[in-house]
Amino acid sequence: MTKNAVAERPAAGLAAVRSRLPGYGVYLAVGLLMLYNIVFTPYFLTLSNLRIQLIQVAPIVIVALGMALVIGTEGIDLSVGSVMALAAALIPLYLGYGVVAAIGVSLAAGVAVGLINGVLVARVGLQPIVATLAVFVGGRGLAVVVSDGQLKDIRNPDVLHLGSGDLLGIPVLVWIAAVLVALVAFVLRRTVFGRRLLAVGGNRRAAELAGLPVGRVLITVYVICAVLASIAGLLSVARIQSSDASAVGLLIELSAITAVVVGGTPLTGGRVRILGTVAGAVLMQLVIATMIKHDLGPSTAEMAQAVIILVAVWVARERKSR
Amino acid sequence: MTPALLTGSPTTAPADNGGSERTDRIVGLVQRQGALAVLVTVVLVALVAFPDFRSLDNTGTILVAAAPPMLIALGMTLVIITGGIDLSVGSLYVLGGVLAAWASRYGLVAALFVPLLVCGAIGLVNGVLIAYTRMAPFIVTLAALLGARGLMRAISDEGSTTYVVENDAFGRLGTGSLLGVGYQVWLAVALVLIGMLVLARTGFGQSVYAIGGSEDASALMGVAVRRTKILVYVCSGLLAGLAGAVNAARLGSGVTVLGAGMELDAIAAVVIGGTLLTGGAGSIAGTVAGVLLLGVIQNMINQVGDLNSNWQQVISGTFLAVVVVAQTVLNRLRRIS
Amino acid sequence: MTLLEVAGVSKSFPGVRALDDVSFTLRPGEVHALVGENGAGKSTLIKVLTGVYRPDSGELRHHGRPVSFAAPMDAQRAGISTIYQEVNLIPLMSVAQNLFLGREPRNRLGLIDRGRMEREARGILADYGVTTDVRRQLGTLPLGAQQMVALARAVMIDAQVVIMDEPTSSLEPREVQTLFGVIRRLHARGIGIVYVSHRMDELYEICDSVTILRDGRLVHTGRLADLERIELVSMMLGREMSQTRRQGFTAFAGDHTTDDAAPPVLRVTGLTSRTRLHDISFDVRPGEVVGLGGLLGAGRSETIKAIGGAYPLDAGTVEVDGTHLERPSTVRAVAAGIAVQPEDRKAEGIVAGLSVRDNIALAVLPRMSRLGIVSDAKIDAVVARYMTRLRIKASGPDQLVGDLSGGNQQKVLLARLLATRPKVLLLDEPTRGIDVGAKAEVQSLIDELAGEGLGVVLVSSDAEELVEGSDRVVVLRDGAVVGHLTGDRVTTEDLMAGIAAAAPSEDHT
Repeated sequence: MTKNAVAERPAAGLAAVRSRLPGYGVYLAVGLLMLYNIVFTPYFLTLSNLRIQLIQVAPIVIVALGMALVIGTEGIDLSVGSVMALAAALIPLYLGYGVVAAIGVSLAAGVAVGLINGVLVARVGLQPIVATLAVFVGGRGLAVVVSDGQLKDIRNPDVLHLGSGDLLGIPVLVWIAAVLVALVAFVLRRTVFGRRLLAVGGNRRAAELAGLPVGRVLITVYVICAVLASIAGLLSVARIQSSDASAVGLLIELSAITAVVVGGTPLTGGRVRILGTVAGAVLMQLVIATMIKHDLGPSTAEMAQAVIILVAVWVARERKSR
Repeated sequence: MTPALLTGSPTTAPADNGGSERTDRIVGLVQRQGALAVLVTVVLVALVAFPDFRSLDNTGTILVAAAPPMLIALGMTLVIITGGIDLSVGSLYVLGGVLAAWASRYGLVAALFVPLLVCGAIGLVNGVLIAYTRMAPFIVTLAALLGARGLMRAISDEGSTTYVVENDAFGRLGTGSLLGVGYQVWLAVALVLIGMLVLARTGFGQSVYAIGGSEDASALMGVAVRRTKILVYVCSGLLAGLAGAVNAARLGSGVTVLGAGMELDAIAAVVIGGTLLTGGAGSIAGTVAGVLLLGVIQNMINQVGDLNSNWQQVISGTFLAVVVVAQTVLNRLRRIS
Repeated sequence: MTLLEVAGVSKSFPGVRALDDVSFTLRPGEVHALVGENGAGKSTLIKVLTGVYRPDSGELRHHGRPVSFAAPMDAQRAGISTIYQEVNLIPLMSVAQNLFLGREPRNRLGLIDRGRMEREARGILADYGVTTDVRRQLGTLPLGAQQMVALARAVMIDAQVVIMDEPTSSLEPREVQTLFGVIRRLHARGIGIVYVSHRMDELYEICDSVTILRDGRLVHTGRLADLERIELVSMMLGREMSQTRRQGFTAFAGDHTTDDAAPPVLRVTGLTSRTRLHDISFDVRPGEVVGLGGLLGAGRSETIKAIGGAYPLDAGTVEVDGTHLERPSTVRAVAAGIAVQPEDRKAEGIVAGLSVRDNIALAVLPRMSRLGIVSDAKIDAVVARYMTRLRIKASGPDQLVGDLSGGNQQKVLLARLLATRPKVLLLDEPTRGIDVGAKAEVQSLIDELAGEGLGVVLVSSDAEELVEGSDRVVVLRDGAVVGHLTGDRVTTEDLMAGIAAAAPSEDHT
């Protein structure tokens, strides 16, 4: 297992392909699907279509970034959809105090949920799936209660600009997602926290013995994930121009986990692929778009999604025994 | 070879066991009967606070509404005791309802068997994947959630067609009653009793507990780990499908929009009922108390009238968090004593 | 007539020959001790006997007939039961359920007859001195009682052979005596018992014969009574006693110059932890290598971890450079200048999925960064320095540590420790599982570090390494200090004598 350090060289053949598949398969799949669409789908390569695709995928990418970090610590966060709903519900309530206050309150809600999740995982010692389940169950209900179960239109021009404005011809939403991707990638690669995160995910016991503040790292990871989810919730509200707590971010945890796993980040922790995660989200978006363009309903897309998740986890599993 | 951490290994000599045995019994009692105690308290409060709560009608409403969640939670209890989780039951519930309503045109038997067959098959796929590939249960059943939802939408023209129940006998299953109690309540009671018997008094039941307690030790002790896991997910699928069918019979149609989040209610009820989410311990009796508790709370929320019904989820979530944390703390207490 | 026999069995794993032509015979009614240090091949042999592994070559005979077990269940059906060090039952199920899992008594309807099951369980367990309520959760019983339940279950399945893997490691003395009572009864019934333990007193009390393994090879087999303790220990630990010399087997240069008057850099006082550690105290002065001697399970690793803040203590203090370590944790220990190299490199040391660079820099990231942003230039400088100094052979700093050889993994780990600029270095089996060349390099490194004024605590199962590498040796047994070797007495003979000495009876409680 530990030997074969030499196997880097042209160890051609199936084995090499298979060992690369989890990491790079997603780019290949995105490329092929793009190619197929460019050739066979009319109006695919138009500006307006690409624009729509990017706007739709942006919130998923943002949530998936946080999820990727959590999964990198061998965790999982089921609560992201509920956090989005909470953020969405809080926006209209505090818009009266100004845009900054409203956004601030939404993000603070994210921080609070992240702290709860993180403390339950790091200090109480619950399994991540169990720890985040409570918010998963109750968070959306709370959001709907907070918003009185009503759909609220948003008319504040600043907020709307976030959802439908342009900067240099590219939607603001996409800019924000891109900046966040760059930021998270930077944090992961270049900061003390990022390196510690990977060590905690790779071998928690070793990280502890090396004197790393494991608990603090874990709590921070869950807070970041929840804050990213609340940003995604905010942006969704801005895009739809209304806040509907019962619908915002429904099942997004599934899309996010899928994007992360399909992007080649192993569920066993210790490695995070940021670009792969973005590509994973784009791939799932392309699959759905392709099917819709070919008159296959969302039902087929959902079933295809299910198969893609299973295949991605299966492929990653093969490699785990390295 | 050295244990990773010596977190409180019980080393009390046999003689001074009295104290730890008592803590032990108390902890066990709280774990097993906590939900029941809360249920009784809530019912007493409701009796005093809400005059309408007392009526027989209302009791019937609560029980009838609780029947489908009870069936789902029953399957979920088995799954969770093995240390797994089944997130697909909400989708299977909806799928079962749509299939039953669609198949009712071919008669009562078809209306019951088509959903059972399809949902059981999806449960089987879940079980096989989990048992043989060792993929995480939550990932596999999350995929099944999507797959089942896709299937449901596919047969209902992307959710636009609502099939109406076209078989009177099947419809009566949902609306009729015996001795003043709805058929579906009888069905739930019967399946709960069978489930209790199976869990407590059969080899399969013992295997379910053993696997959840320690999969490795179970394998060494000769438990058929894979077979048990597969069976458990098949049961969960079947029960979710049946719950959907029963609900379709009551509503007279296969409603395509309900059911999202049913898996969460089921998990909440099971955990509130004292079953450990980490597996290995739990009871169907506790789950019954958990389901009824959530049902009664829902009923009370409805009676208050102007209260948003989504309080239900908030309460479920809070209960869940409190119970899970309490379980962890109690278990630690027990080990230290 | 032999009950169970292993003839010329070999078993290899990638990079390791775990068993090399080993033979072993168990007769009915025999209590056979199986001893050897870590990595000697005991666990592999047990796994061959119980059907977990299949041997590469050689034969397994049961009642004289060749057999081949495909799975542990096959071995169990053939009457071979195993009791593991960690109780392998279901802690959340009741005592009775554990006892009968898979063969519960049924009533006429084919349902489990709980009443009968509990009655029978009470009866069976009474024979083993367990009188608890059989409806209690197994996990809430004392470990000794759990061990008895495991034993009762093992014997219930018509066992002819019972393999006990360190059954007493977590038992109280009284529980050990109960266990021995049961073993004697089994012995009388003609059941063969393989008994794995490192406790000399127990071996001599209960075992008839002994088989000693070392480095996967059979060293000795025969009647235990014919073997002196000191002979047993020396056969386990390595060289023949006559061969032992003060110098020459390792790359250690010899004594270090230490200033006896200098204040200790590490002072450990009264470390106590439940059943594992009892009042352990010693000092380490700057530039001194203090060895911790003793057999497996003597408490060496626990002591090291406790000093490093990674093992729960009931009492005791650790002082570094005269400063008392408050509320010990790994974070505080590292900050205070304590560096621990754990015994299990893979599970607790390296992060296999990270690069050599990341592994080395892991513990010193704050020093390599500004405002939380790491400086790769600083890290590269440190990494390059240690890669050169420790001669780490990797394709580059970016290579994954998991892809390196064992020796280089160990060097990466040491580099991580040294990068923290520790005052005290605690090394737990620093040369285990690494090749000869790397071993010599690690040994001279230890010398060199002590020469630079570091205090070093060394644990090694290799008696030569321990004796030649250390200036002083603290001998541990059953979690307590039983001797100090200093000056001319730092020899393998004295070490083995210290380990082998019969425990005074009051020491046993």
